[in-house]
Amino acid sequence: MHSRVVGVGRMAGLLRPAMPLASNVHAHALGSRSMTVKVNGDKAEIEYAPCQTYKNDGPATNWIDTTKEEVKAALKQMVTMRRMEIAADLMYKSQLIKGFCHLYDGQEAVAVGIELGCTKKDHIITSYRDHCFQFSRGDSVKRILAELTGREGGSTKGKGGSMHMYYPRNNFWGGNGIVGAQMPLGAGLAMGAKYLTNKGLPRGEAPSDAVCYALCGDGAANQGQVFEATNIAYLWKLPCIFVVENNKYGMGTSAAKAASNEEFYTRYDPLPGLKVDGMDCFAVKAASQYARKWCMEGKGPFVLEMNTYRYHGHSMSDPGLTYRSREEVSGVRKARDPVDKLKKIVAELGWMTEQEVKDVEKQVRAEVDEAVEFSKTSPFPAVSEMYTDVQAENPAYIRGTDGVYGHGTCEWARKE
Amino acid sequence: RNGKRGEGTRRLAGTAGGETKKMNLVQAVNNALYLALETDPKAIIFGEDVGFGGVFRATVDLQERFGKHRVFNTPLCEQGIAGFGIGVAAEGGTAIAEIQFADYIYPAIDQICNEAAKYRFRSGGQFDVGGLTIRAPCGAVGHGGLYHSQSPEAYLTHTPGLVVVVPRSPAQAKGLLLASIRRKDPVVFFEPKALYRSAVEEVAVGDYEVALEAAEVVEEGSDVTLIGYGAQVGVLRQVCALAKQELSVSCEIIDLQTLLPWDRETVFASVRKTGRCIVSHEAPVTCGFGAEVVASVQQHCFLHLEAPVTRVCGLDTPFPLAHEKLYVPDVTRCLDAVKHVTSF
Repeated sequence: MHSRVVGVGRMAGLLRPAMPLASNVHAHALGSRSMTVKVNGDKAEIEYAPCQTYKNDGPATNWIDTTKEEVKAALKQMVTMRRMEIAADLMYKSQLIKGFCHLYDGQEAVAVGIELGCTKKDHIITSYRDHCFQFSRGDSVKRILAELTGREGGSTKGKGGSMHMYYPRNNFWGGNGIVGAQMPLGAGLAMGAKYLTNKGLPRGEAPSDAVCYALCGDGAANQGQVFEATNIAYLWKLPCIFVVENNKYGMGTSAAKAASNEEFYTRYDPLPGLKVDGMDCFAVKAASQYARKWCMEGKGPFVLEMNTYRYHGHSMSDPGLTYRSREEVSGVRKARDPVDKLKKIVAELGWMTEQEVKDVEKQVRAEVDEAVEFSKTSPFPAVSEMYTDVQAENPAYIRGTDGVYGHGTCEWARKE
Repeated sequence: RNGKRGEGTRRLAGTAGGETKKMNLVQAVNNALYLALETDPKAIIFGEDVGFGGVFRATVDLQERFGKHRVFNTPLCEQGIAGFGIGVAAEGGTAIAEIQFADYIYPAIDQICNEAAKYRFRSGGQFDVGGLTIRAPCGAVGHGGLYHSQSPEAYLTHTPGLVVVVPRSPAQAKGLLLASIRRKDPVVFFEPKALYRSAVEEVAVGDYEVALEAAEVVEEGSDVTLIGYGAQVGVLRQVCALAKQELSVSCEIIDLQTLLPWDRETVFASVRKTGRCIVSHEAPVTCGFGAEVVASVQQHCFLHLEAPVTRVCGLDTPFPLAHEKLYVPDVTRCLDAVKHVTSF
């Protein structure tokens, strides 16, 4: 086994007190990452910035295991996510996508890392910034882009759009437009997992075969229902991992101005929490794995705060520059970009040549381009989709949908 | 602009003559908010992202002019926003809260309907939250989908104690908003977001109010009464023109303006004149506000009716994404209804 240290990153950020202003985005970065990896054949250990802990000891070391296969898959996945969101941005600007579209570029390491730390038997539920989770849970870029353009070939048959994508077979529950609403739902999903494992719902500590990751942003983290969900999850020891994706802004309001306690991983006391470098998919993997083990053992819910960042504005309607500076955005992109980080790790591991990485990017570009074409040519949903799925059994008649729109010829009024 | 403002508009003493300025609906709202804060030292504005001007720019420049202690952001918590506003108003402040989209008002419904609406009644008049006004952009906008297009007025008109107002145009919006802010009851003010930029007209720059609880006859006619509010009034105007042109039918259009309490007398007088009534709104037809109007009209104008009272509304499904054009009560559907009632 040999180890290579590249660069002299320091863990200085750990000791710096949290600063309230968004301009100190880098202060939250837990220091720059040291590129230490230990390679052993097709396996490796990767060093990551240690997590700040609250009411738990956190992972025993700040090294996480990985394999060649895993790293290659993670790279392809993250590159695809990035490419897909950029494609969506271009499509939106050329008006192929209409309505509301919230892009995830900058935050990919959170999705990739969580998936690395769990299985498809575990549940994931998130907000409207869901394209990349739909992909990581198993759907195709084709179907995702076709859903954005509102076509029949889309993930939700074109009925949901950007914010409402679901993948039941791999336990992805969407895709929620109303912020914070997904947290009580997540607690409920965890409740279901515990119930099914134990054939009943033991209120105390009891193992669970699956956990639920319920994600929300730093804005939604101040919603009352999040506190209700964490409260009940703690009382009933539900295997729910509440993940706060802290990208520093809720629409246009910085987390500093919206949260009385910006350290979200401590916010839901007495739930234990970890603050994670959300730009490093291996740090996220470690935290995801640790929290999952905690929940599966029946110790109760857990909070993960992902220190992350979004390059785009809140949505495509928000330029994202009225409340933060261009320098801040480009600064994060230069210093902390998750795709670049993963590529650096890949380079250090030595399992892929630069050309192989370029080939992956080329392949991804081709796949995404093909998906864009599909999303343009897939037909619009049939008119019948307008009044199906309202109830379990489509009622014989939904007022207005018979073409007569409720007033009809008024024949019914002429009858005695 | 000449229209039937008549007794519907009341100008306050001391306003500038008739000087007007071209404004769109969101600018008119901004102007009203500016005047409200200028004339009432106890008025404050708060909501998500209102500080930098708001996602629709309704509060632009207000924080600069009046300061962060009077115009400020809240965290993301509608229930909290409503509750906080109720507290401020209960102590005598003028609380102007913004709910970013009407679709997000549901967490606040408990506070609005159980607390704000009942405050005066439950305390026998010892307390009230008359100083509370809640503004929210509502309605279809072409691409909003399920959670950026809703018209939830019916959930609130069902609650005695509230006042619910929906303007149709910039001039009405400014006057109605000022009246709502100054009204001594909690008011929910829905602004049709589709009209924010597209509705433009000359608006008086002075301080004026448009009377609440007063419907306005926007166009006079003799054959059919068309009743609507908000953006739908614009649709009804087009229907009126087409009906005259294609069917030789003369339509009278009424803009309700205030939904709770609504101006029954103006509506009844019109239907007794025309004998035919169509109510139209974007919200789903079952138990939409139109149901209340139709039930009252048939009861009080029964002997004058020439055709059944009819509704042309949104469908009984969640607001769709791809099929919005088929969902909304557009000109074609409304004209169809006019055809039916006139050939009954």
